Amino acid sequence: MSTVTPPLPYRVAETRAETADTRSLELVPAGRELPPFSPGQFAMLYAFGIGEVPISVSALHGPHGGLVHTVRAVGAVSAALYDLRPGETVGLRGPFGTGWDLDAAAGQDVLVIAGGIGLAPLRPVVHAVLDRPDIYGRLGILVGTRTPGDLIYRGDIERWRDRAEVGVTVDRPGPGWHGSVGVVTTLLDAFALRPDRTHALVCGPEVMMRHTARTLMGRGLAAHRVQVSLERNMRCATGHCGHCQLGPLLLCRDGPVVGYDRVERLLAVREL
Amino acid sequence: MSEPSSPLDFLPLVQRARLRAVGFDVSFPAGARLFDEGGEADRFWLLRRGEVALDICVPGGQPEAVMETLGAGQLLGWSWICPPYRWHLGARAVTAVQAMEFPATDVLALCAADPELGYALMRRFTGVVAERLQATRIRLLDLYAPHAGGPP
Ligand SMILES: Cc1cc2nc3c(=O)[nH]c(=O)nc-3n(C[C@H](O)[C@H](O)[C@H](O)COP(=O)(O)OP(=O)(O)OC[C@H]3O[C@@H](n4cnc5c(N)ncnc54)[C@H](O)[C@@H]3O)c2cc1C
Ligand code: FES
Repeated sequence: MSTVTPPLPYRVAETRAETADTRSLELVPAGRELPPFSPGQFAMLYAFGIGEVPISVSALHGPHGGLVHTVRAVGAVSAALYDLRPGETVGLRGPFGTGWDLDAAAGQDVLVIAGGIGLAPLRPVVHAVLDRPDIYGRLGILVGTRTPGDLIYRGDIERWRDRAEVGVTVDRPGPGWHGSVGVVTTLLDAFALRPDRTHALVCGPEVMMRHTARTLMGRGLAAHRVQVSLERNMRCATGHCGHCQLGPLLLCRDGPVVGYDRVERLLAVREL
Repeated sequence: MSEPSSPLDFLPLVQRARLRAVGFDVSFPAGARLFDEGGEADRFWLLRRGEVALDICVPGGQPEAVMETLGAGQLLGWSWICPPYRWHLGARAVTAVQAMEFPATDVLALCAADPELGYALMRRFTGVVAERLQATRIRLLDLYAPHAGGPP
């Protein structure tokens, strides 16, 4: 879907520190409201006077009923968004992108695999699956991060452990870390994967997604049962500028979520 | 998590039984050292429950640095397969561990007597080594770092 909308003013209702460089912002409409988002879709967030960047929706309804976005400060625009305080205003366009195909996962086990900030666009999937246990089978949530301090949504993750099979692993343990160490795919060994009735939704750095998808296929999961979210640089988000092109796909319109069967070959090409 | 499949499931039942016959159940309390870097690598384990940390000595009286953890459903130890038959890393039980232990001499004798079993087992262990090598390479990229993209 490429809904063309002008940026609408949204007010920051609440902010929440996730890690040293990452913050969640709950945004409520200051006037007109955007159409509803679905899990995996993203908005263009405009920090006034600085610029606009794509940010996934990390919860469809925050405590104040608003949209939640989780922003990691990596450059000028994301740092300005990270610095926003309650009461301040931001411009919002959207919803953009395909979103996770949760219909395909109906009646099946759902395996969510996230790397770093990649957990943000997957959090609404976890909410959706936990809200409808009658529709989905087992839920597995596997998360990999650089260090224990980089883990976002710690409180949520602890709560999810009661109702899902949750694994967290880090690349670099610090003192006091007693959990798993290693790449996220090592957590798969503890998950009794049923390849013919599982859908895997993967988001993280592209190399991590490729490695994860290949590992899943090595365990018998068909490529069309693996969805990945490809977050290449974007500008217009409406399918016009060509900035987000990956082969025949415009990722702002045909993505960011795509079946691995559609992109497996494209992701192995060095430059497209 | 629910019961994972065993990494020995790939073997036909008869060969799996033959292999299991030389293995025995062991358990380690949390904190126990299973082996030290440089020690003689004369066995391997199939982990059933609990977590084991693979670590490496760092100079200066620092605690060992954890490189990787292994858990239920994973094979621990491959240094018994090839010279110098010394552990490359150390291993410590992070939580209470239940495992099946396999002495290398018995397993190698089985492999010599049944080359088909030997071939299948060596393929399985090559897979483990390849997986760990690939995982190590990916971690070298430091993918989750704020400005990740690869080594400088
Ligand atoms: C569909 C989509 C969803 C996204 N969702 C989120 C989200 O939920 N939370 C979040 O924090 N970020 C998300 N991002 C990434 C976010 O858009 C970028 O971090 C942001 O554009 C960086 O802009 P900047 O001006 O702050 O930094 P810049 O100064 O432009 O860049 C700083 C660093 O970030 C890198 N970078 C820039 N843009 C991207 C990008 N699109 N992807 C990866 N690296 C980039 C640059 O190469 C540079 O190393 C998403 C991106 C896309 C395409
Ligand atoms: S960002 Fe996709 S075409 Fe412009």
